[in-house]
Amino acid sequence: MSGPAAARGPGRSAVRSGLAATLPPVALLGFLLLGWHLAVTLGDVPAFVLPGPVDIAANLRELAGPVTGAALVTGRNAAVGLVVGAVLGIGLAVLSSALRPADRLAAPVVTALAVVPIVALAPVLYSMYGAASEQARVIVAGLAVFVPVYVNTLTGLRQVAPVHRDLMRALAASPVQVARTVTVPTALPFVFTGLRMASSLAVISAIVAEYFGGPRSGIGSFITTAAAGSDYAQAWAYVVGGIVVGLVFYAATAVAEHLTARRSIGASTLAGLSA
Amino acid sequence: MTAAAVRVTGVTRVFAGAGREVVALEDVDLTVAPGEFVSLIGPSGCGKSTLLRLIADLDAPSAGTVEVFGRPAREARLSRDYGIAFQQAGLLPWRTVRANIELPLALAGVGRGARRERADHLLDLVGLADFAGQFPDQLSGGMQQRVAIARALADEPSLLLMDEPFGALDEMTREHLQTQLLRICAENRAAVVFVTHSIPEAVFLSDRVVVMSARPGRVREDIAVRLDRSAVAGAGLDSASDDLRADAGFFAHVARVRAALHGTPSLAVAGDTVAEDAVRGGAA
Repeated sequence: MSGPAAARGPGRSAVRSGLAATLPPVALLGFLLLGWHLAVTLGDVPAFVLPGPVDIAANLRELAGPVTGAALVTGRNAAVGLVVGAVLGIGLAVLSSALRPADRLAAPVVTALAVVPIVALAPVLYSMYGAASEQARVIVAGLAVFVPVYVNTLTGLRQVAPVHRDLMRALAASPVQVARTVTVPTALPFVFTGLRMASSLAVISAIVAEYFGGPRSGIGSFITTAAAGSDYAQAWAYVVGGIVVGLVFYAATAVAEHLTARRSIGASTLAGLSA
Repeated sequence: MTAAAVRVTGVTRVFAGAGREVVALEDVDLTVAPGEFVSLIGPSGCGKSTLLRLIADLDAPSAGTVEVFGRPAREARLSRDYGIAFQQAGLLPWRTVRANIELPLALAGVGRGARRERADHLLDLVGLADFAGQFPDQLSGGMQQRVAIARALADEPSLLLMDEPFGALDEMTREHLQTQLLRICAENRAAVVFVTHSIPEAVFLSDRVVVMSARPGRVREDIAVRLDRSAVAGAGLDSASDDLRADAGFFAHVARVRAALHGTPSLAVAGDTVAEDAVRGGAA
C-alpha cells in the first residue's frame, strides 16, 4: 500500500462505492434475522409454527453434507432442464422468425404450454419414466424454461430497426451477415431477459416437481419428508439450500448476460457533447 | 459516352393502401450525371423518399425502369455501387464509431489493415478522429450523422444517396454539416441524390434542384443552380458558406425554388436574370 495518492484515490472510492451498494441490504438482512430471532424467542413461538434462525442454522451445520447433496441433485436437474429448454426455445424461435408457417404452427402450442401449470405434469411423467428416475423433473424444468425463452427470443428477433434492415439491404449483406451484424446483437438482450426469468423458473419447477413423488434425492423431496416428520427446522434448512441453488442460477445467467451484452442501447449517455 | 449515375425512366409506384390505392409516384423521369449533386424537394407525400428508395433498390417500381451507372438498380445494389445515409443515423449501438464506419468494408470482405486505413481517412474527413473508440450513444446527433456519412462513403461509392440526413438536426449543426458535405463531395467527386424539405439546404448544396408535387408524386420543375461554391468546397470554412448564403444569387435561387414549390413560377425572380438563365440552361 505504498502507491501514489493519485493511484490509490480511485481504488479506494471504488471500494467505498462497492460497500455503499452492498452494506445496506446486508444490514437489512441482519436486522430481519435479529427481529425473527427475537420474535421467536421472546414471543415463545412454537417450533412447528416458525423455528428460529439459530435452530435452522444449527440444523444446516449438522446436515451440511445431505443439504449440499440434495442441492446438487436439484441443481443438476434444473441445469439440464435449463440448457435443453433454452436450446429448444432459442432454436424454435429462430425457426419461427425465419418461417411464417412455423410461427403459425407454434403460436397456439406455445400459448397452450404457457397456460398449463407445467409441474402438474410431474405425476404423469413419473409414471411414464418410473419412480426412480430424475427424468420427469428435468422435463418439467425444461418445459418451464422453454416458454419464456421462446417468447422473449422471438420478440427480440423481431426488434431489428427498419433503418438497420434497409442498411443491410443497401449494403447487399448476405443472410448470414445480416444475422451476425444486426439480428443477433439486437435480439441478445431479449434472449437474456428470457434466460434470467427461466433460470429461476427452472429451479422452482425442479423443486416443486419433487413434491409430487419420484426418488428421494433433491431439495424438494427432503423438505416434504422433514415437514411430514414435524422436523420444521430441518425443513427450513433444506429451504435455505433451495434458496442458494436459485441464487446461483440467477447469478450465473446475470454474469453471462453481463459478459455477452457488453453494450445495450442507451447504456450510457454522455450529454453535453456538441458537434 | 459514359452512363448516367442515375437514370429513372417513366417510373410509377403505387402502394396498396387500406381500401384504395395510393399513387406515390407517377411517370417520373430523372437523370443524374456522374459527379452531379441533385436535390429532390417537395411537400410531404410527394414521393421524394420513395424515389430515393427506388434508386437504392430498397423498393421496386410498379412501372418504369431505374438504372444506376447503366445497369438495373438491383444489380447496382448487389455490387455496392452506392452509399446511403438516412434521416436517422442508423448506427449499430453495439459497435464503436470506427467499427460502424468499417461496416460496409467488413461486409464486402475488405481486409483488416485496409479497413483500418480507410476508416482513419474517413474519421479525419468528418472530423471525428478523436472519437473512433466511442460508442454512438456517447455522441451528439450531429456527430452520429457525420459517422453515418463516413459510413456511406466507406466503400468509395460513385453515387451517394441521402434521405434527409440533416432533417432531425438543429439549424446551426445543419448548416455546419452542409458546409462539410460540400467539402467532402468536392473531394470524392461522387454523384449525390439528396432528399430534403429545406429550400435553402437544397439551393446551397445542389447543382440541380428537382421540385416535386404531391398526390400523385410528379416532377414539377428541374431547376439548375449556378453558384460559385469553390470557396466553401475547398476549405470547408463556415465563414465562406455564410458568405455564400448571404449572396444575392443564393437568394434568387431560393425564391425561384420556392415559387416552383408553390406552383407559381411566373411570380418568381422577376428582376433576376441569372436564375432565369440558369433555369433555361438546366432545361435545355
